[in-house]
Amino acid sequence: MGDELVLKTIDLTKHYGGVHALEGANFELRKGEHVAIMGDNGAGKSTFVRQITGVEQRTHGTVIFDGKEVAFSSPIQARESGIETVFQTLALADHLDVPDNLFLGREKTRFNWLGPFRLLDYKGMRKDTMAALEKTGVKIPNIHNTIEKMSGGQRQCVAIARTASFSSKLTIMDEPTAALGVQETVQVENIIRQLKEQGESLILVSHNMRQVFDLVDRIVVFRRGKICANLDIKDGSYTAEDVVTYITGAKTGAEY
Amino acid sequence: MSDTSQGTGGLTFDKTKRSWPSEFNVLLALVIIIVIFEILGQVLPYMKDQSFLFDTRDRFDSIFNEARLKIIILQVAIIGIIALGVSQVIITAGIDLSSGPLVAATAMIAMSFGQTELVNGFANPKAVFGTWAMDLPVVFPIVIALAFGAFIGAINGTFIAHFRIPPFIATLGMFLVCRGIALWWSSGNPISFPTEQYKAIGDGMMPVVWFLSLAVIFHLIMRYTVYGKHTYAIGSNEEAARMSGINVKRHKIMVYMIAAMLAAFAGVVLSAKASTAQAGMGEFYELFAISMAVIGGISLMGGRGSIIGTVLGAMVLGVIRSGFTYIKLDGSYQLMAMGAIIIAAVILDQYRQRIRA
Repeated sequence: MGDELVLKTIDLTKHYGGVHALEGANFELRKGEHVAIMGDNGAGKSTFVRQITGVEQRTHGTVIFDGKEVAFSSPIQARESGIETVFQTLALADHLDVPDNLFLGREKTRFNWLGPFRLLDYKGMRKDTMAALEKTGVKIPNIHNTIEKMSGGQRQCVAIARTASFSSKLTIMDEPTAALGVQETVQVENIIRQLKEQGESLILVSHNMRQVFDLVDRIVVFRRGKICANLDIKDGSYTAEDVVTYITGAKTGAEY
Repeated sequence: MSDTSQGTGGLTFDKTKRSWPSEFNVLLALVIIIVIFEILGQVLPYMKDQSFLFDTRDRFDSIFNEARLKIIILQVAIIGIIALGVSQVIITAGIDLSSGPLVAATAMIAMSFGQTELVNGFANPKAVFGTWAMDLPVVFPIVIALAFGAFIGAINGTFIAHFRIPPFIATLGMFLVCRGIALWWSSGNPISFPTEQYKAIGDGMMPVVWFLSLAVIFHLIMRYTVYGKHTYAIGSNEEAARMSGINVKRHKIMVYMIAAMLAAFAGVVLSAKASTAQAGMGEFYELFAISMAVIGGISLMGGRGSIIGTVLGAMVLGVIRSGFTYIKLDGSYQLMAMGAIIIAAVILDQYRQRIRA
């Protein structure tokens, strides 16, 4: 894993008119590290994610990704550079099946000289889909069912499998289990553990204290648009109560 | 498919588990409608035991009434060509109202490049241009028609994709513009006396040949190419398509261009079949084309439906029209009944989606 930095933000700031949604965020993520971002509603978590993934343009500050200073103008650019994001609103096409969704926008094709009318390699995509889903341990009864016929958990699993099946340098998940049942949450958490084993870097935005303590190495707490704590939870020196005191503002990290 | 039929943890691919395709519903409706007309032929007192589709008077070698079968498909073939394009537009959750007038405008433009110089030894009385435009090889009018269609489609698509004008409004505007072009082109005068080559495009069952071959081509394109997959993806979830890196704007423009080129080609076929082009041609064609798509199971919400469905939808419309004539229903009643059937098809479509969700 090493100490190589995957992502570093310096003084990352976003103002919406007079609203200071994000103020001077200094954040670091090492290769293979799983970090949770926590905080109250409106604390700036999603704003932070949106600045990194190119959904919005920052007011000022620097983002260094994979050793280079970057300014993504769109999520597609961020994805091409190696940042895969699972958004709160799932980016899946309801009327298409699992392989179609997994490969949407990057289909395997044959006869590429046909331009937009190049042929889809259904068999190849099906094989890769099976491999990708097996890798992530996702259970889906029939991959040729359309997304609209699937439960919320299955949809979330497809969305995450989609993210995980393409080699990326950084995966970002914005509350991936917020709308899921117990069983489905377990499945998503298993995928996250798998990503950890494969040495993928991850930023997890979550409200679920148990989940965060189960899954990640470090918690970064946001409060009122600023980072107010950076807690290494691997050695067990912090409890859930400690984190809550930071989230509510009863306490602020020593270095802030 | 032994290598994919089983997977770990309940992960399976099983062809037999695929759901009942909605095209079967349309096929079923088609059969039911035919049966109804057969029964009406027996029951109605003024029908004297006639048969709708079968040959009861031994006029043909086959057991079917071939003349009726031919008419059924011939009368929907030209609008069917338009419907192939409109289907693609509707699958992207759009709509194209400009196709009917575009048929008229292209018929006028194409035929003015497809006229013959001498009619019975005299100069063509309906000539639009000088002798330089007379007796040109038939590729000229066809290429000009397709280019005009592509141009109109590109304008439709650009307004919809780049300026975010709702498809209904953008193509409604183009509806009027195209009808205007059709009237302006020859100051409202009909254009007639095409070359033999030009006439051959719409001769006899040729419209059916065009319709069915184009249907096969576009079925394959929609089902097996990236173009088709992206068309469905955009109609299903435009945001997801954009996030996946699909160039949604460029793709939409391409879809509207293909739809308009199909309508333009329908204009050529129609004028060839009629041996004349008139500014009032293609009235209600856009609405019948949309009806074929909707009856065929293409959802107005986008993302759902197929070219096979549209072909079946066209057949349903053809059978109904033919059936109404067969039971000697007056033309005015025919229009009313057809309107009711289209609304019923949309209600059925919404009901289908609700039970699925």
